[in-house]
Amino acid sequence: MPQRSADYCGLQFIAFIKGKVLSLTTFIIVSVIKIAIVLFILLTAVAYTVWLERKVVGHMQNRWGPTRVGPFGLLQPAADGIKFLFKEDLTPPHVYKPLYIAAPIIAVVCALTSIAVIPFGNWVPVPGGGSTPLQITDINIGLLVILGITSIGVYGVALSGWSSNSKYSLLGGLRASAQMVSYEIALGLSLVGVLILSGSFSLREIVAAQSGHFWGFIPNWNIFRGCQFIAFFIYLMAAYAETNRIPFDLPEAETELVAGYHTEYSAMKFAMFFMAEYANMITVACLASLLFLGGWHGPLFGPQILQAILPVFWFVLRVFVFLFIYIWVRGTLPRFRYDQLMAFGWKFLLPLSIANLVVTALVVALRA
Amino acid sequence: MLHLVLFTVFGLICVAGAINLLVQTHPINSALSLVVVMGSLAVEYLLLGAEFVAAVQVIVYAGAIMVLFVFVIMLLNAGAEERSKGSIVALMLGVPGMLVGSILTAWVLVKHSGTQPVALGALPGHPKDIAQLLFHDFLLPFEVTSILVLIAIMGAVVLASRPESIEKTKKEN
Repeated sequence: MPQRSADYCGLQFIAFIKGKVLSLTTFIIVSVIKIAIVLFILLTAVAYTVWLERKVVGHMQNRWGPTRVGPFGLLQPAADGIKFLFKEDLTPPHVYKPLYIAAPIIAVVCALTSIAVIPFGNWVPVPGGGSTPLQITDINIGLLVILGITSIGVYGVALSGWSSNSKYSLLGGLRASAQMVSYEIALGLSLVGVLILSGSFSLREIVAAQSGHFWGFIPNWNIFRGCQFIAFFIYLMAAYAETNRIPFDLPEAETELVAGYHTEYSAMKFAMFFMAEYANMITVACLASLLFLGGWHGPLFGPQILQAILPVFWFVLRVFVFLFIYIWVRGTLPRFRYDQLMAFGWKFLLPLSIANLVVTALVVALRA
Repeated sequence: MLHLVLFTVFGLICVAGAINLLVQTHPINSALSLVVVMGSLAVEYLLLGAEFVAAVQVIVYAGAIMVLFVFVIMLLNAGAEERSKGSIVALMLGVPGMLVGSILTAWVLVKHSGTQPVALGALPGHPKDIAQLLFHDFLLPFEVTSILVLIAIMGAVVLASRPESIEKTKKEN
């Protein structure tokens, strides 16, 4: 058997494109720049998703939302951030300290890491020769990496609930871990249909398989072309449950559990859970756009520079729509009861996703 | 070179996690050490070129099975382990026994098994190779295993459900 290169083994130390290899130094510099930019954009997006949520939910409830800090309250996230940093960081005396401190770190690190394999657009040239993808790293098991990191993120929630040593936190942590483990199965199975259609775990290749149109005008997105709309809705609902959002926000149901697993946290530690939740929302929205809605494909027109920017714009637009729907659902639906939540996940979403998987596999096998 | 350094580092982390698993007295710390062992094993698989196995190791073992372990420990609110006379005996016999066993295994493997180092990525590790093995070459064992797992799940459901509720369903039927 021929020996495979390091690149083939999922560890992409050097980026290859059209035979033109970036030198190691350029690769490291480009990677560090990309990481810095992506993290900056992600954290800003997290802050402004919170702002958007407060604004939109406010308007839905005949309120204004934040208006005081800056025009339209636009500086509110900055004010909140400063407040979080300067608040007293209380550690209750009854907590199990090592895990109490580790839990928010696990949550936020997992939430921020999964963005590393998400592509935002095409390849761009690098000054000094070669080119680089608009993505921190392009690996051939990108989707599995995201699933793995999110499954590790459960520990942040579970351990925070346990280590806080309080009944509300413990109940919240137990509910959250049970809910996340249950819905992860439906979530994973809903993605398998897309994987069968595109035949790759690489997010870039999955997007590439969705280019073009059929019947003249309908885009080749998996949701249309592959008839994955059932999988799409399963994914959407499971993703709401995975990120502990309304209508599945039982882990932090404030009417019964105070604030669930983060009841005992204050200041920046609490903010870390908050950031993790919104970063997870953004990752989920990115993944939905990439897997089901054609990623960055969209009409390209105008001069060269516009054509380079437009794919990123189309991608961001899709992510924005997803985040808006998240907030819209939050403003509209009431919370499930816990038994309803479990019954919905195990007795409805799971069989439906298995049925979707079987039908997709049969169709693909018959076509081949 | 980089591969060897990473392999050694994560191998040491793996062994340290395994030792910590035994040394810790609180079950939740032990469970988390096991997560570390699983995670570093996943990195080792990745370094061997088995990226799919590495990802599945993290998703299934570290992400699902160990979460259930932690969940059960949280649910039962298990306290710290207590030392008894039996634990001293176990320590006296277990540590030398483990040392002798592992040295023996290593000696046999290195000296007498005729194993040879393989090139990086020489073993089937690509998702397509694994799919070919699972769903084509070893389809029957795979399906039989899945039925075995199904039986185990049903057994767990029967054991977990209370006897009176089974009686009730029998009467209703």
